[in-house]
Amino acid sequence: MNVLNYIYFILVGFGVLFSFLRMLLGPTSADRLAALDTLNVVLTGTIVFLALVFKNGLYLDIALVYGLLSFVETVLIARYLEGKK
Amino acid sequence: MIILGYIFIGIGAFFYFLGGLGILRMPDVYNRLQAGTKATTLGSFSVILGVGFVNMDYLPKALLIIAFIALTNPVGSSVLARAAYLIGIKPTAKTKVDECKGGDEI
Repeated sequence: MNVLNYIYFILVGFGVLFSFLRMLLGPTSADRLAALDTLNVVLTGTIVFLALVFKNGLYLDIALVYGLLSFVETVLIARYLEGKK
Repeated sequence: MIILGYIFIGIGAFFYFLGGLGILRMPDVYNRLQAGTKATTLGSFSVILGVGFVNMDYLPKALLIIAFIALTNPVGSSVLARAAYLIGIKPTAKTKVDECKGGDEI
């Protein structure tokens, strides 16, 4: 199953690269935050996949905590942008 | 069951790729939000369910993470779209109808 790992990481790597480009050259702050939100969800799925690669069930807990913190981060920065005008 | 799990993981990786492509290519912030959030939500369901299928010990926690993502990801996207509308970011010039101002043609 080694080839499948390479296929997964190539596809996800291109997705992460594209959203990182948008985070670098997005015109407004909301664009950057949208790219960051996408990046967080992609990384949550990738951490769950790492549990399969390294054969260690602890990565599922890490993914759960990472998802919780990324949600709080998105809502907090969005509320901050909304109040700033 | 292992082959089915890896098929799910491949579909999820493809949807992650499409989400990144939509984030890069779409014209304004609302289209970018829709492309990124929808594609990556489906990709996350598929990848995490595939991991649960390949190793059956991981299935309960995988279902917990799926339920969590299904609850939180649309909420974050909605809050971000509302903030972007309220600080006055213009949609792209091809937009015909603004439903927040009553639905009349601009």
